[in-house]
Amino acid sequence: MKEFAVELRDVVKKFITPEGNELNAVDHVDMQIRNGEFFSMLGSSGCGKTTSLRMIAGFEWPTEGEVYIEGKPMGHTPPFQRKVNTVFQSYALFQHMSVYQNVAFGLEMEGAQKEEIKKRVMRALEMVQLIGMENRRPKQLSGGQQQRVALARALVKTPDVLLLDEPLGALDLKLRKEMQLELKALQQQLGITFIYVTHDQEEALTMSDRIAVMSKGKVMQMGSPAEIYERPRNRFVAEFIGESNFLEGQIKSLSANEASVFIPALNAEVTGTPASEGLVHGEQVFVSIRPEKIHLTEHSARLNTFEGEITSTVYIGSNTHVVVHIGDVRLKVWEQNRISRLEPSSFYTIGQKVDLMLMPENTLVLKKD
Amino acid sequence: MLKRLRENKSAQGTLLALPTTIWMFILLILPLLLTLVISFGKRSPDGEVIFTFSLDNYIRLLGFSSDCAGGQASCFDPLYMQILGRSLMLAFNTTVIVIAMAYPLAYFIARADPKRRNTFLFMVLIPLWTNFVIRVYAWMMLLRKEGAINLIIGTVAHWLGINFVPLELLYTPGAVLVGMVYEFLPFMILPIFTSLEKIENSLYEAAADLGASPFKTFLRVTLPLSMPGVVAGTILVFIPVMGTFIVSDILGGRQYILVGNLIQRQFLDARDPAFGSAASLILMVMTLIVTYFYTRKFGFGEEIVAA
Repeated sequence: MKEFAVELRDVVKKFITPEGNELNAVDHVDMQIRNGEFFSMLGSSGCGKTTSLRMIAGFEWPTEGEVYIEGKPMGHTPPFQRKVNTVFQSYALFQHMSVYQNVAFGLEMEGAQKEEIKKRVMRALEMVQLIGMENRRPKQLSGGQQQRVALARALVKTPDVLLLDEPLGALDLKLRKEMQLELKALQQQLGITFIYVTHDQEEALTMSDRIAVMSKGKVMQMGSPAEIYERPRNRFVAEFIGESNFLEGQIKSLSANEASVFIPALNAEVTGTPASEGLVHGEQVFVSIRPEKIHLTEHSARLNTFEGEITSTVYIGSNTHVVVHIGDVRLKVWEQNRISRLEPSSFYTIGQKVDLMLMPENTLVLKKD
Repeated sequence: MLKRLRENKSAQGTLLALPTTIWMFILLILPLLLTLVISFGKRSPDGEVIFTFSLDNYIRLLGFSSDCAGGQASCFDPLYMQILGRSLMLAFNTTVIVIAMAYPLAYFIARADPKRRNTFLFMVLIPLWTNFVIRVYAWMMLLRKEGAINLIIGTVAHWLGINFVPLELLYTPGAVLVGMVYEFLPFMILPIFTSLEKIENSLYEAAADLGASPFKTFLRVTLPLSMPGVVAGTILVFIPVMGTFIVSDILGGRQYILVGNLIQRQFLDARDPAFGSAASLILMVMTLIVTYFYTRKFGFGEEIVAA
């Protein structure tokens, strides 16, 4: 078995817009997806994630570059000759067939024996907990059940790679969370490579081994959920995944794991960790820090500590969202409510002077573009 | 009173259905009942209807006659049954040919670029802007001995140096078939197109994804999902072909008689409305029987409306 289940090498997909302009829906994308990995492509609509998936499935062909499956270049191989299967966003179930017939369809196309088909279909239906529904029509099922039929229909083919195009998009929140865990468990149990397309960052973080964050046809960053969240390499990723405070400044000193940035708005230097590649001395940069990673203390005189004033507090149960102003600079701070109390702590009252401590390892220095 | 009406849903329904109900009663139920009553009547010597209860007209339609040559008490002549059979065969043949021609065309239009799709549909509909009878006459012009088709073949033959005797195309059963196919083709194309257009592209992709070749995708996905269109089209073509008399009148000549012609002549030429009424009812019953068995097997094509 090859190391990479799927590889995209310098893939470009051009479309002609209705206005007649050329558009790079996928713009020089390189991706290596390892065997047995749960890989997500994450981005907002129009970022090229679905087009990338469709090129792996064979519904679209790259304008430039090449898609490899199990090390073999795919060229113009049609979908029915690729050993990958797709779970469609709309499920794309055959309404004129029963649940059983839907799941059996792919095996019939392989020319499997009737007995064999029956055994495998029932096993697939068992896997997605649809035993007893074989004779129903897709229209007689709930959205979640239809989703499971689509999953069983693809999995029964025992593909090397399963492609999932926002499969949970049409489900309500609670069911979606359940299915996320189920899908993840199923993937681990079967050991099949999953390539999952979603616009929901929480979903991607919950399920994936690795994530490719995409924007405007390009891969902005690829890495584990922790890498993506804790070490975003540019402002787009830091902003798209979770929330962040951004401060503009200029690099005053720089080493491999520490950078000092002068922030004019604070009229002070902040020490942080270089997160983007290719930072240079004197460069205009952003300093990024997540709201939950700012410490509010009463009086301390440590490194990277600034005095500010609380201007708003919102109690949301597990956290209190606090806004602190340091002069004109506005920072979001999330404090965990570790102690149970009915009245807000006097500490979080509007007008309260507090010290904000930005730990250098939580303070990321990012390139400006 | 208005207030009470606003609260009473069933009264609202009745009121809304009233105009249609009256209309249908006056123009459908009443004439049908009248036809039924007349069909049991007799023809007076001067062409009036004598209202009575006699099954003579139906017995005559079945081919039994009480006064026949040779002085027998009764004899059997299946002429009218032959006419019915001929109409049935023609309707069947027309429907089959129309399906065979309409399906590929509807498929082509449904899968065409959406911008060009409307142009194609427009082209299908254009002939319907002309009167039915005029369109049939147009075919007469084409099929005549001196018509366009003979002219073209003749010119080509002359060019190739082959001796050519103009073909007898007009006033043949073939001419009637051609005319029927031409007249009813749009009524098959449109429902099939509608059902094909409804099939989401993702279904074709799903079939391909699961390993189906384009041909297998057509057999297992496209065809079954477009059946409601074929069924609806069949009903729209088969029933009118059974009853139309203009096409056979103009293109078939006086000898080629279908049920439609038979009925028309009873009312206009033979002045025997009683016999004509009986023939009408037999035609209706036959059509209903065929349609009944057909729809029991394939449904009404209702999914086309429901989906």
